[in-house]
Amino acid sequence: MIRFLLNRVMGMVVVLFLVCLFTFVIFFVLSPDPAVQICGKNCTPEVIDQLRANLGLDQPFWSQFWTFVSGLFVGRTYGSGPNAIDCAAPCLGYSFQTSQPVFDMIAQRLPVSATVAIGAAILWLLAGVSAGLVSAVREGRFADRFITGLTLTGMSIPNYVLGLSLQFLLVVTLGWLPFPQAVPFSEDPVQWFSNYLMPWIVLAVGASAVYTRLTRANVIETLQENYVRTARAKGLSPGLVWRRHALRPALTPIVTIFGMDFAGLLGGALITETVFGLNGIGKMAADSITKNDQPVIMGVTLLAAFFVVIGNMVVDLLYTAIDPRVRVGSAA
Amino acid sequence: MSETPRDTENLLRVRDLTVGFHTAAGQVDVVKQLDFDLARGGALGIVGESGSGKSMTSLAIMGLLPKGASRSGSIEFDGTELTTLPERAMRSIRGDRIAMIFQDPLSSLNPYYTVGTQIAEAYRSHRSGVTRRQARKVAIEAMERVHIRDAARRVDHYPHQFSGGMRQRVMIAMTLSMEPELIIADEPTTALDVTVQAQILDLLAEIRSDTGAGLILITHDLAVVSQVTDHLVVMRDGDLVEQGAAEQIFTDPQRDYTRMLLDAVPRIDDEIGLLRTLTAPTAEEES
Amino acid sequence: MTFTSTDLEVEGAAAGGETAGDPAPSSPPASGRRLVRAFLHDRAALACSVYILLIILMALAAPLLVKLSGWGPLEFDQSAVDPNLGGLPLGTAGGVSAEHWFGVEPGNGRDIFARIVYGARVSMTIALLATVLTSVLGVVFGLLAGYFGGRVDMVISRVMEFLMAFPALIFMIAVLSALPAENRQFLLVGVISFFGWPYLARIIRGQTMSLKEREFVESAKASGATSIQIIFKEILPNLSSTIIVMTTLAVPGYVGTEAGLSFLGVGVVPPTPSWGQMIASSVPWYAVDPAYFLFPGAFLFLLVLSFTVLGDRVKKIAESGEGRA
Repeated sequence: MIRFLLNRVMGMVVVLFLVCLFTFVIFFVLSPDPAVQICGKNCTPEVIDQLRANLGLDQPFWSQFWTFVSGLFVGRTYGSGPNAIDCAAPCLGYSFQTSQPVFDMIAQRLPVSATVAIGAAILWLLAGVSAGLVSAVREGRFADRFITGLTLTGMSIPNYVLGLSLQFLLVVTLGWLPFPQAVPFSEDPVQWFSNYLMPWIVLAVGASAVYTRLTRANVIETLQENYVRTARAKGLSPGLVWRRHALRPALTPIVTIFGMDFAGLLGGALITETVFGLNGIGKMAADSITKNDQPVIMGVTLLAAFFVVIGNMVVDLLYTAIDPRVRVGSAA
Repeated sequence: MSETPRDTENLLRVRDLTVGFHTAAGQVDVVKQLDFDLARGGALGIVGESGSGKSMTSLAIMGLLPKGASRSGSIEFDGTELTTLPERAMRSIRGDRIAMIFQDPLSSLNPYYTVGTQIAEAYRSHRSGVTRRQARKVAIEAMERVHIRDAARRVDHYPHQFSGGMRQRVMIAMTLSMEPELIIADEPTTALDVTVQAQILDLLAEIRSDTGAGLILITHDLAVVSQVTDHLVVMRDGDLVEQGAAEQIFTDPQRDYTRMLLDAVPRIDDEIGLLRTLTAPTAEEES
Repeated sequence: MTFTSTDLEVEGAAAGGETAGDPAPSSPPASGRRLVRAFLHDRAALACSVYILLIILMALAAPLLVKLSGWGPLEFDQSAVDPNLGGLPLGTAGGVSAEHWFGVEPGNGRDIFARIVYGARVSMTIALLATVLTSVLGVVFGLLAGYFGGRVDMVISRVMEFLMAFPALIFMIAVLSALPAENRQFLLVGVISFFGWPYLARIIRGQTMSLKEREFVESAKASGATSIQIIFKEILPNLSSTIIVMTTLAVPGYVGTEAGLSFLGVGVVPPTPSWGQMIASSVPWYAVDPAYFLFPGAFLFLLVLSFTVLGDRVKKIAESGEGRA
């Protein structure tokens, strides 16, 4: 078990390192000089040189990369002498736009993204799995075909189109929901809830369509398994056959995908947060793109990769707990 | 048809059994007007190539035909007509009085539960007020009866931790826990190695003589039935080719098809006998 | 295998879709000709193909259509908007009239019909090019890994695993935002394909591995055929329907991805119109001029839907054929 864990952690570190390297190469090699950008219009070559030195851009690639990576763990110092700025670990640098530490900016917005992700995940899991079950039970009947049609539609509608349509319909035309306003939960729970309701729905529609299809396919496949026939041959009640012998095997693989999807969403829902003006990591990333705020984009990329890799590992561990076949260390 | 050997009363009486599928091309019958009897404590072999309808016959008796299949005719079990029995009543017979062993023990066992859970499952659902502990004891006993060594420990293992032959023993243990009156074994040895096949057949014979349960052994392999059964039904394309005492069919087959099947089988009775002496039933390797 | 823009975000991580539960047929089915025949009897699939063909025709004939409608995609029409209302289009439904068939953009009065017609060019070109490139990469690497096995397989498999475990969407955005804006179309195709090919390659690899054990490959080998001959003459033809199914399933994902990236501002560079980008610029106006997002939104949705349904049907036909074949 310990070896397995070590293996996983090693793999994780490698992936994260490669993500760092990839991202760094892209921003180092491909992108326009950030010093020129920060400097703005009325700029002199001296100022640019000074900025380069402060940002460490005058260093060779590997040295810059090393400073960046070590900055993640032990922090780093920009510039030297009295003007030096200390960036405490984990240092992701400073935003070109706001001059705030990127890490703080992310930490500030993470709760919003997490709220979006958790609510959406609960919704799509419930909706997706139950629709998938109904579809599987009524295979070939009207309900199944209806749900299949819905899922195809749900998978096809781009979330920004759905978001705008919902907002126009529910807020502008029908007035069922108030216009979004940034309020903390404690102040106005109703407003808070309605702020998040549409993003949850929008994210859940596409995802639950995928989960519906997956659940349906898995359940139908599992019901054809020989062990389900065995269970019937034992004279178990249909309910027991379903619960024990069809559902558990059918739903177990969904855990994997759910973990990955949820982890991916924690890194920010760029489109949805932008459409609904939610001030999460996704919106921050989307805004940074238009302003070419490289440290922020890079920080968000790394964060997303981090969540995905961690999610991957959690899923793997979870899997060893729920699927006896991959349980390691249990002696035969 | 009245060739009832030995016993006077039949445990199972099948008349005019037809199993059909509705397809786009119309009704396709895979079992056609089949008649046979199984005496109490008797052992019947149903033999045929794949597609002969032998497996459908067994599923029809269990009332477990796949979707889209229909059955007609009469299946009388211990005086009860099964074809008209409500599903609820059929369920109380299934697993309790008629038990079934399937071909591929790995896929027939649920990988997510310990074998103990799966053996005890039928017992718990057919007998009310059974505690977890009692059920577990029943499972261990059943495993001991099929000669699984170290049953008290193995009861908590998962199917993938057993070898092929051991898994089939688990399947048999599963049927035993209920003391059924009829055991239907559908190709119980096909997925197994030859040496293990002999052991499983021995075990089936042993259980039959111990419990007095009737046995229907379904196989494509005449060598297999010759070991265990006393009565034979030969099927081809859903039709009954011939039936009678096993001895008689082996020595004097009436139909060309039966003769052909017999010719296809090398006379390996002796070989199997030899193997059986070479390998003790419990010598099978545990994984 | 889809990565429609909707689950693009949710699956941001795996931006290539279903991580498990391979939707693709696991055993290699037979010819593509049977697919076509079964397909012609399927009304939904036909309707979707008709829509897709219409969009392709529209894209091809864009200059002609624009001549007919009278307004180019980059022409401003200040007479169609009301400067007193912040540039809102005059008239109903976003300024729909005989003059401007789908109305005009608020603010500058560009003709939405013309922009949709030209936007179809962008969407279709990028989605189809990305599909072709992904398929080529996926088939080539899948075949190489599956056929040669050993070290080749190990290297390719590792790369695939890495790419699939990557937060692809955010990374695409990072790459595109870092790269200069010239030739965005081709960069988009490149970036999408770079992250897209492993999903096809994984399946091709698996099927190649099982195919190469089959008798006809063995006999070809025995009769002295070279590896290249075997791959192209014996194995590739047997993968044809898998490739057809997988690519049809992938197209809607690419349409959605292009639109999503353009929506986020890292796709096609203005003033070149793209549907996703049109919707992005309609966001501030959605409450007062819904037609502005509804026209491109509907076109985009229907295109993705058509490809999705089509892919679904093709897959079903291919799978049901397997039993018979």
